[in-house]
Amino acid sequence: MRPSTARYIPSHSPSSLLRANSHSPRPPRPSTPNHRRHVTNTIEPAPAGGHLPSVATSSLLRMTREAALRAPGLRWKDEPDALRDRDHEAGEGTDGARETRKMNVYQAVRDAMGIALLKDDSALVFGEDVAFGGVFRCTMNLAEEFGRDRVFNTPLTEQGIAGFGIGLAAMGHTAIAEIQFSDYIYPAFDQLVSEAAKMRYRTGGQYDAGGLTVRAPCMSVGHGGLYHSQSPEGFFLGAAGIKVVIPRSPLQAKGLLLAAIRDPNPVVFLEPKILYRSAIEQVPTSDYELPLSRAEVLLPGDSLTLLSYGTPLYHCETALSLLRSPPPSLAHLIPASLRSAQVELIDLRTILPWDIHTVIKSVEKTRRLVIVHEAGRSGGVGSEIAAEVQKRCFLRLEAPVKRVTGWDTPVPLVFEKFYIPDAVRILDGVLETLMY
Amino acid sequence: MRGDDFGTARLPSSANNGCTVLVHISRSLSPGSAGVRMLRRAPPLHRALRPLPALQHRRPSSSSSPSPTHKPHTPPSAAHGHLPGAPRSSLTPELHFFNSVLEGEQIPTYRVLDANGNVVPGAKVPEVGREFARRLYETMMLLPSVDTVLYSAQRHGSISFYMTTHGEEASVVGSAAALSPTDEVLGQYRELGVLLWRSYPLSLIMSQVFSNADDASTKGRQMPVHFGSPEHHFHTISSPLATQIPQAAGVAYALKRDPARRGDVAVCYFGEGAASEGDFHAGLGMASVLGGPSIFFCRNNGFAISTPASEQYAGDGIAARGPGYGVYTVRVDGNDAWAVYNAVKEARRLALENQKPVLVEAMTYRVGHHSTSDDSYAYRAKQEVEDWKRVDNPLFRLRKYLESQGWWSSDEEQALRTAQRKEVMDAFQKAEKRKKPRLGEMMRDVWAGEEPWMISEQREELRGLLGKYGEAWEPYRKELERFEGGGRDVI
Repeated sequence: MRPSTARYIPSHSPSSLLRANSHSPRPPRPSTPNHRRHVTNTIEPAPAGGHLPSVATSSLLRMTREAALRAPGLRWKDEPDALRDRDHEAGEGTDGARETRKMNVYQAVRDAMGIALLKDDSALVFGEDVAFGGVFRCTMNLAEEFGRDRVFNTPLTEQGIAGFGIGLAAMGHTAIAEIQFSDYIYPAFDQLVSEAAKMRYRTGGQYDAGGLTVRAPCMSVGHGGLYHSQSPEGFFLGAAGIKVVIPRSPLQAKGLLLAAIRDPNPVVFLEPKILYRSAIEQVPTSDYELPLSRAEVLLPGDSLTLLSYGTPLYHCETALSLLRSPPPSLAHLIPASLRSAQVELIDLRTILPWDIHTVIKSVEKTRRLVIVHEAGRSGGVGSEIAAEVQKRCFLRLEAPVKRVTGWDTPVPLVFEKFYIPDAVRILDGVLETLMY
Repeated sequence: MRGDDFGTARLPSSANNGCTVLVHISRSLSPGSAGVRMLRRAPPLHRALRPLPALQHRRPSSSSSPSPTHKPHTPPSAAHGHLPGAPRSSLTPELHFFNSVLEGEQIPTYRVLDANGNVVPGAKVPEVGREFARRLYETMMLLPSVDTVLYSAQRHGSISFYMTTHGEEASVVGSAAALSPTDEVLGQYRELGVLLWRSYPLSLIMSQVFSNADDASTKGRQMPVHFGSPEHHFHTISSPLATQIPQAAGVAYALKRDPARRGDVAVCYFGEGAASEGDFHAGLGMASVLGGPSIFFCRNNGFAISTPASEQYAGDGIAARGPGYGVYTVRVDGNDAWAVYNAVKEARRLALENQKPVLVEAMTYRVGHHSTSDDSYAYRAKQEVEDWKRVDNPLFRLRKYLESQGWWSSDEEQALRTAQRKEVMDAFQKAEKRKKPRLGEMMRDVWAGEEPWMISEQREELRGLLGKYGEAWEPYRKELERFEGGGRDVI
């Protein structure tokens, strides 16, 4: 047991993160953002990776070409239709010629936008500071490659960026807008909720903003404080007409972003910023998509369903490792009878409209559900899912649906370790639900 | 704005009028003006100073500046005052604050016809023929015909809501007449006149306000007066104010990029109240920096519901903000159809030539109530409204002009009124009898593509409820009768 345990136990050092960065074509840079209103070159605080040492070695990441090409649901978009719709058989056929490349999330996002710009002359990428490559490097060299009329900076106005994108989309163009941090998406809330989401409906289908995709970095980063850490996905739950997508890894980011860009609905695409550099895997270099509104079962199990999306999936993985083989310091807190529990781990991926079928199917089998997200609990995504699950699985449930979430406070700076639903909180939620 | 030694540009006398004056103003403030040339002659103090990257960046955009006197930026010749935020600001030893572009004077209002329909000396009437002029007048007259019928229809409870254009006929129709029929229009809600000018059928106007099965604008989903028609290049109205302003910047950018749309502009209408929204600032900022042919047309009618313009802003109206964004701007007499027509025609030319926005502020007066939900005599004197209707009436003004040309007569006036009223009433009565849309339209068009489970499930839930209570619950039973198919497409 020890070797596999070592893989999951937090090292409390950033070394794993640095290892991950050494694969990057660029010299390592602190994973922290250039906080937008004060871009500095000063020494950054300790890497946020200290909270997430398992990402670099996560089994959720596909480290070989073969594994990447076998990603469930992957659809190549550069093949004739007959070859394309093979869904779960992506490893067959012409895949022998497919290439993959090791990428982190920001490189995968950049790769997706490059393909979108290449294949669609109407596609435009814009936002604050995207022309020089973006404060998270997601648009590196896109302006040089595709021209400043297609990849350009906007004035610093989120409502303007969203409104501008809606105008482009209403004219049938493909608008890929960036909000620098999802914490700053609220000035655009009116444009996204009142205009983009409702345009198709209120115009009787005559106009729509389906060509709009709004990308924004989300979730905590170790030291982002109130306004560089938020997870606003729950606020969009009532915005019928919009889609909200959150990827967990580079391969997911590229496939889901390309699907979002081409989806006939406006999409808010939230990228967990702590994963930009820390999550690295093999990513197919060609054009492919992953389906929206489809959850993915990452680990099969029949004892409990653990549902999350974005960054906390890695905490979930660590929690399951702690459950299976607890370190001596925790062993007395984890009943031996529970260590063999087979937990089913699900990545929700699309928040709106979410994949209720996969979730219900899983809970029908496991009879227990723990939902994990970084956003605060009240009014969060967990509330919505818990309500639907208790309605549909009332007689099957053997424990109350548990929500392990951020607290109902703003995301604090120095207290972040005690705010986020980290591995031990998830472990505790799993134990409580298993023992109920 | 003193300190000639430092070359600060002097503003021209305000004795001139209209849009040309404003072009002069912006040119005199441009780098090619005398003041800046003087600066360039000054010996360079810091030749060694390398231009900042930001300054170099500015070159391509400034070389495409419309000003014929403009020259590419040369390295700063003074040590200070040429920082990237305002690289062409001259230096002055005089501490001088200012709170308006014209230093205490208001921006003049461009006018062609006086209140009696006489051509103002020096003004140029547009070179349009008799038929065009008559059509303009007839369309302006059709607007109050529609308004009067629909306003009283709301009062009688036939429709739920209405907003008239009384008093703003010249602003709306006069501007529409200066546009190409394929220019993309994004309106606020008081721009029905644009659709009328573009021959949008009365039947569809009635269908929309009655929310009947023929409502192509919104399929019965939006409140009355929220019209839209891609065929007429009129983007569907939505209630949130000013949201269309940054959207217009995006539409303009799309037009700029589309070779098939070269020659078309984006036209964005909004009231002076909406201009207080953040989206006005966002939209003008986006449009001016990113470019694309656009006209931002402000209907300054003095009121935002009950709020007078004096409580809306403290500056010189909306026009004064245009130069702040580097946008060509003109203020025009909104009750003068020819002034509005001329201004928008020229605005359109400027927007296309420079691929940049132009701001037009049309000064007018909201004669009608804000909407059918508003009694404006609660906040303004009825006599004031009656006075404006009498002394500054846009319909009267154009009619007098047409008569002076021998293009119109009182007989024709009477015949027009009778014909228009009949046409409107016929369309009204047809639309009134028509059923509401199919009930299933309530849950369509929310998302495109595969229908999400919540929509499918909720339709089933409604189906169950209607199956159970559709007959037994009187409010449902009566309401279902009004829908095409009696709701059976859902039940």
